Amino acid sequence: MFLFFLTSGLFLGWSLGANDAANIFGSAVGTKMVKFSSAVIIASVFVVLGAVLQGYGASQTLGDLGSINAIGGAFTVALCAGLTVFWMTKLQLPVSTSQGIIGAIIGWNFYSGNPTDLAVLSKIIGTWVAGPILGGIFAIVLYLLLKYFLDKRRIHLLKLDAYLKYGLLIVGAFGAYSLGANNVSNVVGVFIPSLPEINLNFGFFSLNSIQLLFLVGGTSIALGIITYSKRVMMTVGNNLMKLSAEAALVVVLSHSLVLFVFSSTTLSNLFQSVGLPGIMLVPVSSSQAIVGAIVGIGLLKGGRGIQFGVLGKISLGWIATPIIAGLTTFVSLFFMNNVFKMVVVQNENNVISHKINEVITHPQTNTSVNLYQPLLFLIIIVLIAVIVVMLVKSIRKSAQTKEDASSERLFKYESQEKILNTELQKVNSENAKLEKQIEFKRKEQMVIALSIIQKNQFLEKLKIKIDKIISKPEVKAEELITLKRLIIDNLSIDKEREKFNFYVNELNADFYLRLVNRFPDLSENEQRLAALIRLNLSSKEIASILNISTKSVEVNRHRLRKKIRLKREENLTEIISKL
Amino acid sequence: MIKIFKTSKNVIINIDEYFNTVELGILNFKEGVNNYLEGNLTEFENNLKIIEVLEGKADSIIRKIENDLYIYSLIPNYASEVLNLLEKVDDIIDKVKNNLSQFDVERPFIPEEIKIDFSRLLNISVKSAENVIPAARVFFTDQNLVKDRIQKVIFYERETDKLATNIKRKVFKEMPHLKLSEKIHLRYFTLHVEEVSDAAEVVAKMLSSLVIKTRM
Repeated sequence: MFLFFLTSGLFLGWSLGANDAANIFGSAVGTKMVKFSSAVIIASVFVVLGAVLQGYGASQTLGDLGSINAIGGAFTVALCAGLTVFWMTKLQLPVSTSQGIIGAIIGWNFYSGNPTDLAVLSKIIGTWVAGPILGGIFAIVLYLLLKYFLDKRRIHLLKLDAYLKYGLLIVGAFGAYSLGANNVSNVVGVFIPSLPEINLNFGFFSLNSIQLLFLVGGTSIALGIITYSKRVMMTVGNNLMKLSAEAALVVVLSHSLVLFVFSSTTLSNLFQSVGLPGIMLVPVSSSQAIVGAIVGIGLLKGGRGIQFGVLGKISLGWIATPIIAGLTTFVSLFFMNNVFKMVVVQNENNVISHKINEVITHPQTNTSVNLYQPLLFLIIIVLIAVIVVMLVKSIRKSAQTKEDASSERLFKYESQEKILNTELQKVNSENAKLEKQIEFKRKEQMVIALSIIQKNQFLEKLKIKIDKIISKPEVKAEELITLKRLIIDNLSIDKEREKFNFYVNELNADFYLRLVNRFPDLSENEQRLAALIRLNLSSKEIASILNISTKSVEVNRHRLRKKIRLKREENLTEIISKL
Repeated sequence: MIKIFKTSKNVIINIDEYFNTVELGILNFKEGVNNYLEGNLTEFENNLKIIEVLEGKADSIIRKIENDLYIYSLIPNYASEVLNLLEKVDDIIDKVKNNLSQFDVERPFIPEEIKIDFSRLLNISVKSAENVIPAARVFFTDQNLVKDRIQKVIFYERETDKLATNIKRKVFKEMPHLKLSEKIHLRYFTLHVEEVSDAAEVVAKMLSSLVIKTRM
């Protein structure tokens, strides 16, 4: 039954974990300085440790304010505080579980007629004011110290980044410890008076019922961190003011110190031992401590970066949270008592007589549970071993993956570069090969042209000589005329010429294209003439190749000049070779 | 998380090596152009080869740095800005390499009358680039010193502008014996040398905004 009633406290713990973990690791995770998984593991472990080892101090003050003596009342108080926190978070108002629970306790006091200790209340309210102020002072001092140190040491930006990453983790662990120590009493503190006496003995250490209660409370906060804090962490942090990693470190450290100061019995005793008044051990709001620290840094920078609208919202939350929680608790207690017939308040006399009866019937009040000792021992060892193995494995795996990805990218770049270089070389060698082929064909073309010219010249000479022989009266002309015809035929039909023409056409394909593009009305013969002019052949040579007279070539050249509209001073060969 | 110090150390070494490479490239450019002006073409070609190797090396180092910064999420708040800064520094070595290869390809004719001015222009433009590298180095260790170095860069950049205008004026107004093509060619090469100090100025401006951003 007690466990059922405890669920409202656990709900409160869950919402506290979901919201307040962002105060500790929000900036670090939001700026990607710390991985979310690392933040969650550290925050969860240290919040539980803080709750179990140092959670008792602050819970005593809550007891002084109002000791809720019925489990039903404790359930209602925790539930109302939890719902107020949840509702105000939904409205995006910054909220504190401490103020929620104190408001709820005062609501119970009003309902039960229990007098509220005004001295304790004023001290608590005093710490609410002192918390942010102290946070601001811590932040200013630490910020100045860090700045002085960094200016002196001249640390490389990348080294500083590495230090800050570890610093944020360590400070975050301290913050989580302080959060557990200071705020666990908000979560389960109201259940202490209704707590059954149990003592768990683990052999080398034992947990009493309060520590067990705090262990459960701490675990609920850790669950809140694990299940719901990611979204809050990603959005929080830069809400009030943009923070650098250094400032984030200072802010979290100041916040942790404030929480630690208000929950450390050792520190309070130390103060008392030197004659100073002891510190009031009160659950203070983690959000308010953070706000105080951020405002402190903002003021140090001249106050320009602070968003005062957000600050106004926070102040509204300070006043609204306890009032709403108190009112809700008062109304809920009325309903629980009258509708569900739940006992929310016990008469003081009833409580005393109930305790006397209990002592008579169960003389040994402290139930010591030793039965599970070996089993618990084993479970804890196995759990620790599993966690350690998993951690080592995941660290190794992530390091390996990063290294692989890095070398893979480099390898990819290098291989791409190599491929491109090979392709370039291939294209270059192909180009060189083609150039050689073109050069060879050009030479061959010239050789053919020369051989045609020489042969034609020879045939011309032969023809003239035959003419001379024919003109002599003693020579038989008929056979010589046949021979002359044969020579003339040979001059016009020439296989080599055809081959030459073929080469000219093939090699000058792109030249013809350029020529036609520029001068579209050139005839085929004129195009061929232009190609031969491009080879730098004289009119006589061209005449020999085309088997026409030199005069015809001259006439054709003139026509070509006219068609391409050349001026008198312009050189045809030069213009054509530039095409 | 465990390897973070080792990786940071590697990146710091790489950044230092990168700046060394760019600095060497700038010096080689200065030497190369001076060799060209004096007509030592073999030495000039040697400078060009060295600068090409240095440019390739700078590219590969910057790729390594980029890789490490992103994969190990180092300086997550400023990683993109720092990489941008390194890229802009890379523009300087790219520019000096391109300029020197343009000298090699186009072989501009620089008349004797302006050789001294051209050499002064080169020295001042390079000085601006030479000063921006220590400014970038000191950004990583002591940001208070960045401002002093930047002042020098800006000063030399302005001087470069003035000198370049003087040279162009001289070429177009006082040298009628030059062909228009030669004048235009000279104007382009004056502009190329001027661009080195412009690239240095871009880095300087970026550094000054980065200092404001990273200040606590």
